[in-house]
Amino acid sequence: MIIGQLKNGIVIDHISAGKGIYIYNILGLEKLEGTVAMIKNADSTKMGKKDIIKIGEIIDLDFDLLGFIDPGITVNIIEDGKLAKRERLTLPERISGVIRCKNPRCITSAEPELRQEFRLSDREKRIYRCIYCESAAPKENA
Amino acid sequence: MRSLIDIKDLTVEEIDSLIETAEDIMKNPAKYAEICKGKRLATLFFEPSTRTRLSFESAMYQLGGNVLGFSEAQSSSTAKGESLSDTVRTVSNYVDIIAMRHPKEGAALAATLRSEVPIINAGDGGHNHPTQTLTDLITIKLEKGGFDGLTVGLCGDLKFGRTVHSLISAMSRYKNVKFVLISPDELKIPDYIRDEVIIPSGARFEETSDLVGSIDKLDILYMTRVQRERFFNEADYVRLKDTYILTPDKLARAKSDMAILHPLPRVNEISVAVDDDPRACYFKQVKYSVYIRMALILKLLEEAGRI
Repeated sequence: MIIGQLKNGIVIDHISAGKGIYIYNILGLEKLEGTVAMIKNADSTKMGKKDIIKIGEIIDLDFDLLGFIDPGITVNIIEDGKLAKRERLTLPERISGVIRCKNPRCITSAEPELRQEFRLSDREKRIYRCIYCESAAPKENA
Repeated sequence: MRSLIDIKDLTVEEIDSLIETAEDIMKNPAKYAEICKGKRLATLFFEPSTRTRLSFESAMYQLGGNVLGFSEAQSSSTAKGESLSDTVRTVSNYVDIIAMRHPKEGAALAATLRSEVPIINAGDGGHNHPTQTLTDLITIKLEKGGFDGLTVGLCGDLKFGRTVHSLISAMSRYKNVKFVLISPDELKIPDYIRDEVIIPSGARFEETSDLVGSIDKLDILYMTRVQRERFFNEADYVRLKDTYILTPDKLARAKSDMAILHPLPRVNEISVAVDDDPRACYFKQVKYSVYIRMALILKLLEEAGRI
C-alpha cells in the first residue's frame, strides 16, 4: 500500500476481508464529498486477504465503533504525506447506540428512548452484554 | 447517588455490615423506631407481589417513616401509557427513596437514569432481585454461622429464577463454596451465569437433574417455584411445574442441619408436611427480610444525606 498517495487523510487498514463495505456504510462515508477508495481483498502477508479504506481528508472517527466491528483494524492518520499517527484498535469496554438488544423482556423493548448500551463481558469470546438485561449482543456484525 | 440494582453493587464487607445492622435492629428495635421519621418510601410495583412489597412497607413503618405507592401497573398512569422514565421522574419528587418492581429486565437500572432519589430494585422480570438475595444471605448467616465452605443446592427453575442468579452471584464471592445445580434440562442455569459468574470465581459446581441423589451433600437446599409468568407457552409450564416436590421422604437422606430456603411464594414444590421440620427456614426468611430491608433503607438514605 502506498500511503504517499494521500497528502492528508486516513487509511483504515487490516480490515477483515469482506467487512470493508459494512464499515464504509456504517461510517457514512458515502456522504463525504472528497475522495474515498475502498479496496477489497488486497493481499496481506499477515491476514491472507484484507480490505482497506482510504479517505482523502481527516475526519472524526468513532474508534470504539470500529474496534467493536473489527478489533484487528489499524487506523493511519496521514498529514503532509507522512504517517502522523497510527492507532491499533482494541475491543472497547462499552459500545453505545450501535446495536439493539433483541431480548423482548428487556426494558429497552418497552422504552425506545433509552440509549442502547452494551458492555464488554468476555474479551476472549468477544461477548457484549446489554447493560440493562445482560443479554448477549447479536453477533452478526461483530 | 447510590442505588441497589444488582447484588454485585454491594461489596462483601457492605453485605456483612448490613447483616450486622439487621441483627442489631432485631435486638434493639426501639433504637431504630423513629430514625426515618418524616421520610417517605415509594413502593412502585408494576407487577404483583405480596411479600416483597409488604416487607418493604413494614420495614419503613418500623423505622418511623411513611409509605406511598401502587401495587399494580393498572392503578398507575402506566395504564394511560406513561413511560417508566416519566413515572420515576415524577415520583422521585414526592419521596426520599423508591423500591420498585417491574416485569421488564433492566427496568430498575433504567429508573436510576431519571430518579432524584435512591432506587431499590425489588425485582426486574427474570433478571435480578437483590433484596431477596440479602434475605437469603442473612438467613444463611444466621442459620449456618457464615458462608465459607458451604455446599449450596439450587433446585427447580434455574433458568428464569432471578433469585437463583443473584444468590449464585453473591455466594460465589465467598471461599470454597460449591454449587449443586438441580433442574430439568429445559430450566438449566443460563450459560452466562455458569461461564461468566461461577467459573471465573473458582467455585466448584455440578449440574444434575437428580434431587434425591444429591440431597445428602447439601448444607443449603434452595428450592424455587417454576414461574408461570416467565413462560410464553402454557404447555411448557404445565409439563415442568411439578418436576421437583420436596417431601419428608426425600429429606430422609439430607444432613440433620441442612437449611431449606425458598424465596416464596411456593406452589407445591415443598410439601406442607415439611413446614414443621426444623430444617425448614423459609418462614424465618420472611421474618429476616424485614430487618435486612430496614438496614438497606437506612444505608441508602444515609449515603444520600437524607437522614
